[in-house]
Amino acid sequence: MNSHVINVKTRGPILFGGVTAGEGLKKALSMSRSEIISEVRASGLKGRGGAGFPTGVKWNLAAAALGKRKFVVCNADEGEPGTFKDRVLLSEYADLVFEGMTIAGLAIGARQGIVYLRGEYRYLLAPLEANLARRREEGLLGSAILGRQGFDFDVEIRLGSGAYVCGEETALIESLEGHRGEPRNRPPFPVDTGYLGQPTIVNNVETLALAASVLAKGAEWFKAIGTDKSTGSKLFSVSGDCQSPGVYEFPMGITIAQLLKVVGGEEAKAVQVGGASGHCVPAKQFERTLAFEDIPTGGSIIVFGPGRDMLKVARNFMEFFVEESCGQCTPCRYGNVALLEGVEMLEKGRCSMTHLNELKALGETMQISSKCGLGQSSSNAFLSIVTHFENEILGRPVPA
Amino acid sequence: MADETRTPQGGGSRAPVSQRPLTVAPGSAGIGSQVTVKIDGLDLKVPFGTTILEAARMSNIRIPTLCQHDDLCIAGVCRVCVVEVEGMRTLQASCAYPITQPITVSTHTRKVRQARRHILDLMLANHYGECYACWRNQNCELQALADEYGVDSFRFGHPDKPKVPKDTSSYAVVRDMNKCILCRRCVRTCIDLQEVGVLEAVNRGAATTISTFMDKPLSDVVCINCGQCINRCPTSALAANDPTDEVWAAIDDPRKHVVIQTAPSPRAAIGECFGLPAGTALTFELNTALKQCGFDRVFDTNFTADLTIIEEGTELLLRLRDALVDKKPEAVLPQFTSCSPGWVKYLEHFYPEMIPNLSSAKSPQQMFGAVIKTYYAKLHGIDPADIVTVALMPCSAKKFECNRPEMCDSGYKDVDYGLTTRETAAMIKEAGIDLLHMPKSEFDAPFGSATGSGVIFGATGGVMEAALRTVIELVCGVKVENLFDHARVLPVRGFDGIKYAELPLQAVGPVPDILKGLFTDWNWLRGATLRVAVAHGTASAKKVIEDIKAGGKFSECHFIEFMGCPGGCIGGGGQPIPTSREIRAARAKAIYAEDEAYPVRKSHENPAVLELYAKFLTDGPCGHVSHRLLHTGYTPRGKYIY
Repeated sequence: MNSHVINVKTRGPILFGGVTAGEGLKKALSMSRSEIISEVRASGLKGRGGAGFPTGVKWNLAAAALGKRKFVVCNADEGEPGTFKDRVLLSEYADLVFEGMTIAGLAIGARQGIVYLRGEYRYLLAPLEANLARRREEGLLGSAILGRQGFDFDVEIRLGSGAYVCGEETALIESLEGHRGEPRNRPPFPVDTGYLGQPTIVNNVETLALAASVLAKGAEWFKAIGTDKSTGSKLFSVSGDCQSPGVYEFPMGITIAQLLKVVGGEEAKAVQVGGASGHCVPAKQFERTLAFEDIPTGGSIIVFGPGRDMLKVARNFMEFFVEESCGQCTPCRYGNVALLEGVEMLEKGRCSMTHLNELKALGETMQISSKCGLGQSSSNAFLSIVTHFENEILGRPVPA
Repeated sequence: MADETRTPQGGGSRAPVSQRPLTVAPGSAGIGSQVTVKIDGLDLKVPFGTTILEAARMSNIRIPTLCQHDDLCIAGVCRVCVVEVEGMRTLQASCAYPITQPITVSTHTRKVRQARRHILDLMLANHYGECYACWRNQNCELQALADEYGVDSFRFGHPDKPKVPKDTSSYAVVRDMNKCILCRRCVRTCIDLQEVGVLEAVNRGAATTISTFMDKPLSDVVCINCGQCINRCPTSALAANDPTDEVWAAIDDPRKHVVIQTAPSPRAAIGECFGLPAGTALTFELNTALKQCGFDRVFDTNFTADLTIIEEGTELLLRLRDALVDKKPEAVLPQFTSCSPGWVKYLEHFYPEMIPNLSSAKSPQQMFGAVIKTYYAKLHGIDPADIVTVALMPCSAKKFECNRPEMCDSGYKDVDYGLTTRETAAMIKEAGIDLLHMPKSEFDAPFGSATGSGVIFGATGGVMEAALRTVIELVCGVKVENLFDHARVLPVRGFDGIKYAELPLQAVGPVPDILKGLFTDWNWLRGATLRVAVAHGTASAKKVIEDIKAGGKFSECHFIEFMGCPGGCIGGGGQPIPTSREIRAARAKAIYAEDEAYPVRKSHENPAVLELYAKFLTDGPCGHVSHRLLHTGYTPRGKYIY
């Protein structure tokens, strides 16, 4: 455990400390299924994996879907570069996560939950299993939970095998079914045709923990934090060129400048928000807010100091996607290679403006024509870097 | 957790859901109703759940496709068919997008055209080679799209060197992954259409490739050589193992006597290689063209198809007697046909324990080879060592079959080379022969006469129909026409994956001369009901076998025809590309029309076959000579690779 340092810097009101485990589930048991879903909807909670889909809407769709059985899947395949906040929740607040799953199971009528745990988090498997065993003993999992006849729910943990794409919910489901981790065509969506063809909700670890908090403290309490469209608080995994990297809980809607001040990164020339699939935000846009209505994020913040070579940054991200594309659809499989080759041409000073413009157009094609969110966002970093740092990139000395 | 939850659902399909045709959630409200859709300004009403692509095709709006194939489930991976749906940020793959609410679609906006062009550019940046050095030149879907989208330069490069060697290990199928664009039609064909599952995508990202188990050569995996993947490959990544050079060399060698036998299915399809619509039979023009190519004799495989019916039919009657009268425990029923080498290898791999059910009769191709290098050689005083037998087949598995080590009963390799329809068309083109305008000519003696029964071997149900025509007449002593109008045994015709028929044998006749050595009377068959079934495509075959193993309806059958390929031989892996249900139906129609044009339509009435028994196979059907030359054994291969 010592090798996995939990570096929590700011413990905010919601996730860290504000809620006692068990409260949410007790409240939920006193409510009807539709009341639970209404409460989550009223809270305005949106998916914390980064896409920001309203959680209550997702639950409602799955609750309404027809299916022999339904599933609650916790997406713990925390693979976005620069993200390490789910690890903290699973280490310190696993009860809250499991409670969120149980509440979700109650709300949509599922009897089974699955945690898809990132392969690299294997060290968490034993403590999480121990936690599940304890919860079963305490009557928080299993049949007739907390004495409620007919409410059966249990959780099992499955390990991923290191593919980034398996964080995409339909690829995750394929992987759970024992197939190659590749995204499915959507529609149909997992809420009606998910795991084993049954209605399934896939929620991020943080989303489930927050849902438990919402049930414990109420939608109004949750909505009081954050902005109108991005309610509540969010965990941020901060890394890169700053004084205090680590995990922070901030209210949604904080500006990048405010964040950088807290973490000691005011000198930054750019911040990568949302990891490899996110956007590179230059200093002149640091007043923008981290919120679904402005810059959505799953929580990864990578700070680039004044000395960073942005083309190297772009190369790093493109190498990542060339490797981590699932290889299924053409734009993502080969588009990322073309962009990486473009970065290499830029490094050598051999990329014409015509070709650079072609690459930008290609990046846009990838954003709109790829099959899943991975491909659709894989050119974001390249596009934002070559746009915002065009002068730096084109003006760099050409190696002899 | 119960095992049940770990079993993927979807009607027994093994393909992952990412590549399955499920586009509308079962139980969705609205199934069965109509939805309005506006495509390029055109208002349409379509059934709920229709894909954008289907809707566009209904109204003759062309959307380009590449990974989509009508025979296969939807993949949505190439992204060539993307269109703009109003209100959606991203473009949608029209093949995979079900219309469940009113939407407005634009199929060729600037965004769409640019995306398609980019996608083609990216494919070409990873597709090795030049079109003029490619066997799919002018028959390539990638090339056609590059033309359609005005590709005039390689914007993201183009490889001029191959990255990986070709896999030429298999007698039947050659894989060249340098040409692969990862549309995965071959994967879906193998895993879903045929349920064999030799091919699958491996690795990730740019390193993704289509591979076999542990990247073993195709000859070392459970490939059944059906070649269905070749027929559906949009490029030349998959090809048949082409022996054209060796065949030309034999033709050019004056010491060699080169004979070719032609199967019915290629004759009904070869016109497609010359621009004719599917379903135009060129049987007699082809005879002339092959002679002009330099073949010394052109024989009709139908001759040995008739011979197969006699041998296989006799074997069936013997099995029936052993089982029903003598109650011999080793008499295994139902008897399975053995003329499809793809099917045979499938059984050897996946159900080796069922090999005793397989008829020991060789396929018509192999019977012919054995007869040519023995009977024919002797008749004409030719040293069999100087005879080269070539077989024009609709099939890639026939190439494997003729190379099976046991297929040397004449003392030589019975059939030297198997040519596909495509390869033969290429030879004819290379020789500058105008096939379409060739004068017609007959097949060569002594195997000149054939029957309609031999012709219909090409379509699913054909072998069964031919067998039934003969069994009915030989056993019941009545004309087939009395039972079936124009001798059309309709219950076993058609493209249903599995067909089942029952035939009560109410009266029996005298034992015909040809079978007098084996049977004294048919009284033991009087009042019996013959139960038969027909399955085509190994996915259907699998269903039948599983049913037999479970003691279901098909375990009660006496005789089952299996064909490895969907549609039977007319849909074989050596047939012209493209293929579709409509194309296969047109070819089948041509075959049944040819059947009706024959004066003799029953195998046992083929005078040349009767002559062969009189002069050569003198101890009759299933006799010693016939067993030595016309029957064979099988290899229990199993599906595990060591």
